[in-house]
Amino acid sequence: MAIEVRVPTILRSYTGGSKIVEGAGDTLSGLLDDLDAKHSGLKGRLITPEGGLHRFVNIYVNDEDVRFLGALDAKLNDGDSITILPAVAGGALGFAAAAAFFGR
Amino acid sequence: MKVYPRARSLRRALSSFVGFSSVRTATPSDARCHGNVNSVLTIDSAIVDAIVAHARRDHPDEACGVVAGAIGSDLPTRHIAMDNAARSMTFYEFDSMEHLRVWREMDDNDEEPVVIYHSHTATEAYPSRTDVSFAGEPGAHYLLVSTREPDAEEIRSFRIVDGVVTEEKVNIVDATVDA
Repeated sequence: MAIEVRVPTILRSYTGGSKIVEGAGDTLSGLLDDLDAKHSGLKGRLITPEGGLHRFVNIYVNDEDVRFLGALDAKLNDGDSITILPAVAGGALGFAAAAAFFGR
Repeated sequence: MKVYPRARSLRRALSSFVGFSSVRTATPSDARCHGNVNSVLTIDSAIVDAIVAHARRDHPDEACGVVAGAIGSDLPTRHIAMDNAARSMTFYEFDSMEHLRVWREMDDNDEEPVVIYHSHTATEAYPSRTDVSFAGEPGAHYLLVSTREPDAEEIRSFRIVDGVVTEEKVNIVDATVDA
């Protein structure tokens, strides 16, 4: 068994257009390394240069936001389903340092 | 519509701000074919009324939400008012758990987010740098409502693909759905 990962439209350029890919890992960090080996560049859209999860990307393990599960240290099991969603955010003013997730 | 000079200046601003380096066009070749892409948003008046009512209700905070529609139809049919987790007059952000729930629901219904809307409460209904940087759904119509005037709303719609803003016409029609 493997871990199923649902990839949002904006990141499907890394997965050859696939909406669902499979990976393996004991933790989210391990899974992202595994995914990056198959889909080069994907990890860089999810992790900051400092090594933390991007503030404006949401990653879920089954029904939980990984921020509540230890973020990159979140423990994973075979059969888990991971969902990645870019945050839907914006607003009139007050830009925070968030553009990096979108590769700009 | 005087959108192109505006889009170019926005792009220049973005380019210095967040490091755009390549020249981009307003209609990238890899954009998803989406019915009447880049030309018009057709939306039912009852849905527009519901969006405006939501924006008025949350004013002076920004309001945000989605209108779902059948995949590939380009027709927004189901209005979903979302919480603004930021509860701010200048920023909006979907609550992460509500976001997951609503996106799953759309998946289950073979729907997609046809419209993503939010309000600007003190400025015009035009995407800010922040809006452009965060726009993560290249297939969606980004609808903006300005509630800065107490008795009139400005409603405008945009495509935001790879940091390029293209305004489109909003065609408000009656009775395409039972709202």
